Amino acid sequence: MEDVISLGVGEPDFVTPWCVCEASIYSIEQGSTAYTSNKGTPQLRGAISRYLDTRFGTRYDPDSEIIVTCGVSEAADIAIRAVTDPGDEVLVAEPCYVSYTPCVSLAGGTPVTVPCRAEDEFRLTADALAECITPRTKALIANFPNNPTGGVMQKADWHEIADLLVDKDLLLISDEVYAELTYDGDHFSPAMIPELRDRTITLNGFSKAFAMTGWRIGYLCAPPEITAAALKIHQYVALCAPVMGQIAAYEALRIGEAEKDAMVREYRLRRNLFVDGLNKLGLACHVPKGAFYAFPSVESTGMTDTEFAESLLREQHVAVVPGSVLGSSGAGHVRCAYAVSRDNLKEALSRMGAFLDSVK
Amino acid sequence: MDEKDRILLQLLEENCRTPEKELAVLAEVSEQDAKDRIRRLEATGAVRRYGAVVDWERAGDGNVTAVIELKVSPERDFGYDRIAERITRFPQVRSLRLMTGAYDLQLLVTGPSMHEIARFVSEQIAPMDRIRETATHIIMKTYKENGTTFAEREEVERLPYSF
Repeated sequence: MEDVISLGVGEPDFVTPWCVCEASIYSIEQGSTAYTSNKGTPQLRGAISRYLDTRFGTRYDPDSEIIVTCGVSEAADIAIRAVTDPGDEVLVAEPCYVSYTPCVSLAGGTPVTVPCRAEDEFRLTADALAECITPRTKALIANFPNNPTGGVMQKADWHEIADLLVDKDLLLISDEVYAELTYDGDHFSPAMIPELRDRTITLNGFSKAFAMTGWRIGYLCAPPEITAAALKIHQYVALCAPVMGQIAAYEALRIGEAEKDAMVREYRLRRNLFVDGLNKLGLACHVPKGAFYAFPSVESTGMTDTEFAESLLREQHVAVVPGSVLGSSGAGHVRCAYAVSRDNLKEALSRMGAFLDSVK
Repeated sequence: MDEKDRILLQLLEENCRTPEKELAVLAEVSEQDAKDRIRRLEATGAVRRYGAVVDWERAGDGNVTAVIELKVSPERDFGYDRIAERITRFPQVRSLRLMTGAYDLQLLVTGPSMHEIARFVSEQIAPMDRIRETATHIIMKTYKENGTTFAEREEVERLPYSF
């Protein structure tokens, strides 16, 4: 199909900041092509530790509490495998990225989904969580700012859940890869809550914030005993993250902040434009406070999310992701990634308007 | 200038033809507020004027542009300001800056031919009082202008879908 505007792509449309690319090219010219320490280069781990402290206030020892991974995808996998025993139930806050539940199954655990609802602006509530906990529950996986809803959890929201996690002795795997893409207020990292700190595995990476998806660099931060367990898996499955990516990531933290901030400002403008447009079209959409996804309801059209996405693609050549693909609580919504240019967003909105007129 | 003004200025600098309604949505202010702010920024001179970034070569124009460096003896009490003021009055001079380093004033001059530019420099600029030395550099090709890259780059292919 020609002339498709894809709002289905979960990655930045920006190219990695040039200062970051240059440093990596130079390192290749210098011959930095070998394995690194399993955990990642000491320079990068040190930089990550300082960055997390200054940016979000979380403190992790670069030697014993941080592993650099092949993207957050690998970090999520080894975190899940490190803490899941066969038969364990692992809660997954939904809707969410597609890999968590399969990873739990691959680890021999049973994934149990916890719905986050539109009426709560897609936050995870203690009530929803409590309903899903059984004596076999081991951990909770949560991703805020959230893919696909753009929902965020603020400090008070996490505090509401913290007691429950402590009371039921659950671990928390917190995927914060969209942390930098938080538009109204600051990102709150649950590991900032003292009672959660030592039961939380924080995952983050460079793909979204620094437009570095193809470099495959993420990281896992956790107390030493969990980190040691995850490292055993990491060293067998990946040995180490790619060295060029690690060097690039170090540069991103060292000198990439201004370009990162400029990208975040641009995402915010796009969000404002796109969400305003969706609501004007009658596709009800809460204002997503993070990530780069709008998650409008398509219920007003009388179509299911899958019907809507298929017809919209067929008739107006705009691609969106049906929310039900990302969890049953996403049904009735579609995920639109606004990581495309404002001109394309305007064109997508006008095509969606034409589509809605045609199905009235 | 507050954060909203900054956003509006950046948006106008990027594309001054963006409708005010859209600027307001982007900057998260009301349409009236956006209008008031823009009027104020225009009135204070923060917005000097609205224009386009033109790739004249691509447009088919044969004009020549040169960077001209001037070494100037500053005047007591006025420094470089009075001589700079005289030079700005020539319409051929598109920009004029006082620089640190080996020379003092830098001009961007556009003319219909190299010969015309050479004539302008030798007859109009060089003979002025206090100009000690001139150096003319003809621009051969422009790669980037005011933040806009002129060369075409191939779009990087992305996956049509990724979760």
